[in-house]
Amino acid sequence: MNALIDYTLHLADNALILGHRNSEWTGHGPILEQDIAISNIALDLIGQARNFYQYAARLINDSTLQGAKAPSPGGEGVGGEATEDTLAYLRDVKDFKNCLLVEQTNGDWAKTILRQFFFSAYQFYLYQHLQHSKDETLAAIAEKSLKEVTYHLRWSSEWVVRLGDGTEESNSRIKKAVDDLWVYTDELFEAASFELLATNEGIAVDLSLIKNNWLKKITDIFDEATLRFPSREGQAVRWNGKDGKHSEHLGYILAEMQFLQRAYPNNYW
Amino acid sequence: MSNHDWPLWEIFIRSKNGLDHKHAGSLHATDAQMAIENARDVYTRRMEGVSIWVVESKYIHASNPDESSSLYDPANDKPYRHPTFYELPDELKNM
Amino acid sequence: MQIINEEKIFADKIDEEIKIEPKDWMPDQYRKTLIRQISQHAHSEIVGMLPEANWITRAPTLRRKATLIAKVQDEAGHGLYLYSAAETLNISRDEMLKQLHSGKAKYSSIFNYPTLTWADMGAIGWLVDGAAIMNQVPLCRCSYGPYARAMIRICKEESFHQRQGFEILLTLSKGSKAQKQMAQDAINRWWWPSIMMFGPNDDASPHSKQSMEWKIKRFSNDELRQKFIDVCAEQVKILGLVLPDEKLKWNEETKHYDFGEINWEEFRNVVNGNGPCNKERLEARVKAHEDGAWVRDAAAAYSEKRKSREQKAVA
Repeated sequence: MNALIDYTLHLADNALILGHRNSEWTGHGPILEQDIAISNIALDLIGQARNFYQYAARLINDSTLQGAKAPSPGGEGVGGEATEDTLAYLRDVKDFKNCLLVEQTNGDWAKTILRQFFFSAYQFYLYQHLQHSKDETLAAIAEKSLKEVTYHLRWSSEWVVRLGDGTEESNSRIKKAVDDLWVYTDELFEAASFELLATNEGIAVDLSLIKNNWLKKITDIFDEATLRFPSREGQAVRWNGKDGKHSEHLGYILAEMQFLQRAYPNNYW
Repeated sequence: MSNHDWPLWEIFIRSKNGLDHKHAGSLHATDAQMAIENARDVYTRRMEGVSIWVVESKYIHASNPDESSSLYDPANDKPYRHPTFYELPDELKNM
Repeated sequence: MQIINEEKIFADKIDEEIKIEPKDWMPDQYRKTLIRQISQHAHSEIVGMLPEANWITRAPTLRRKATLIAKVQDEAGHGLYLYSAAETLNISRDEMLKQLHSGKAKYSSIFNYPTLTWADMGAIGWLVDGAAIMNQVPLCRCSYGPYARAMIRICKEESFHQRQGFEILLTLSKGSKAQKQMAQDAINRWWWPSIMMFGPNDDASPHSKQSMEWKIKRFSNDELRQKFIDVCAEQVKILGLVLPDEKLKWNEETKHYDFGEINWEEFRNVVNGNGPCNKERLEARVKAHEDGAWVRDAAAAYSEKRKSREQKAVA
């Protein structure tokens, strides 16, 4: 049960934090048409997050009813129950289970695009499998979200190609983005303990099944974009976001996002 | 280069199967594919469409309004093209 | 003779409520007036995204966050529809943006006020969007076809904005003492700037008369302002809050609300660039545009490359 809740929260946190990051672009995009496009993706991701959080809240409330101790903080809303909002707004950094990739700063358009591309490719294969999960609710959310993610992947792939094969400047900018973000892609495929448990129960997606597809997609698009994988010397030391060990960025995201709920607790908004 | 707009495209949307594509407006994009994607985001945010056509604006040829009398007026004396031309009994329904 | 004839055809069309379309002959001044008005309107939508986008990352619930993004995104869409409508008059979007960025073109002054608390999202939706709708609904019947069509689309989408704003205020007004105060404070700050949105008094409005004759404008500034005040004076009661005007009082004779003196000095100052946020707003727009230049260039360059590759492949 706890593994299912943690896994659901992990899916929700990924979607929320990336959606939040993308929404920072709203009003500041490079051209009106693309401002609208990235805001759309933000909306899709926040919508996915809400579906996952609502499910997680239901699971938490059910398990608390049965006398179990709430597995995750965030069950202390206005009515003492967990809701999508208590989970998003009342948990601290260490409770968030998103990957480090999604919390990285927006940087320039190249970095934002590449982050989206890496993540959408991951989500695409993940949801393809998740829609066959033994857990019917997760399967249903995955099936519904897959349509959105298919578009995100197409949109971001096209932009990676445009920037890679565009001008000298765009090429050097996206190369830098590759250098900056590549280290965060390992974590996508390193299962956290709750993922292993949930995978054994037929709920979560076995990440080893999707890694090669993901890598092939990245390779194909990189080829088209005239980009190469960065060479790596030594082993980068990174925390693992899924286990609550984040980069410093997440704290700032939460400080901003949670401000009202923290400053005026126990209110309706 | 950045001082120039991307090309302008005219967007036509079919809101429901069985209906004609209707002009929805225009937007800027570098190519047809991007124009279709932008149109999806800009003009179908509320599920307004099932099919999108895009045409680069410079390829649209418009009739000259000054010649409109020669183009459209003749149709005015062909009332038989209009359904109300035919007098039918009131009992006849749904035609 | 030709010109006289064309002027007459144009005037007849206006009289008979026949829309003017892009390729029709129109007086130069009509074209200029429209370009000025439509581009200002477009700029207002785009600059207007900023004070609200401000709060997207701080929205207090996920539902509020999603609806706020959708709203600000709608404004981008509205700006785009309007730029497109203006482009039918032979001016490029790029040219219009240059005018905005250089400070030559104006946009609605209301967006030069800061958004300080969450309640401002409610006040903007209720009052600013409310005033905008009051102004915009008659524009759906404007004599210029593309503008009228853009406005129809915009008005259809706009109605959810005002409802969203009112709902935010209503929730706050039923909440804690602090929330209620937050809502009242926001109304206090946004009320006067909103009623200034209708523009100067009729006798001081330079462009109004000609625009009415051309049926670009259908009601005078003061008519619309009065209508707006009458509506809001009633709606605020539902919130259990007040409008910050001691002279606001129902007048049984005129069947309208009387209201206090508008501070036109402040209005002129904000229009002329001395508002609390003029500088920040314009800087944010310029920055987005300049930071985006390499992105737009790259996409254009890539498209060119691909085209020439395809042509080579065919040859």
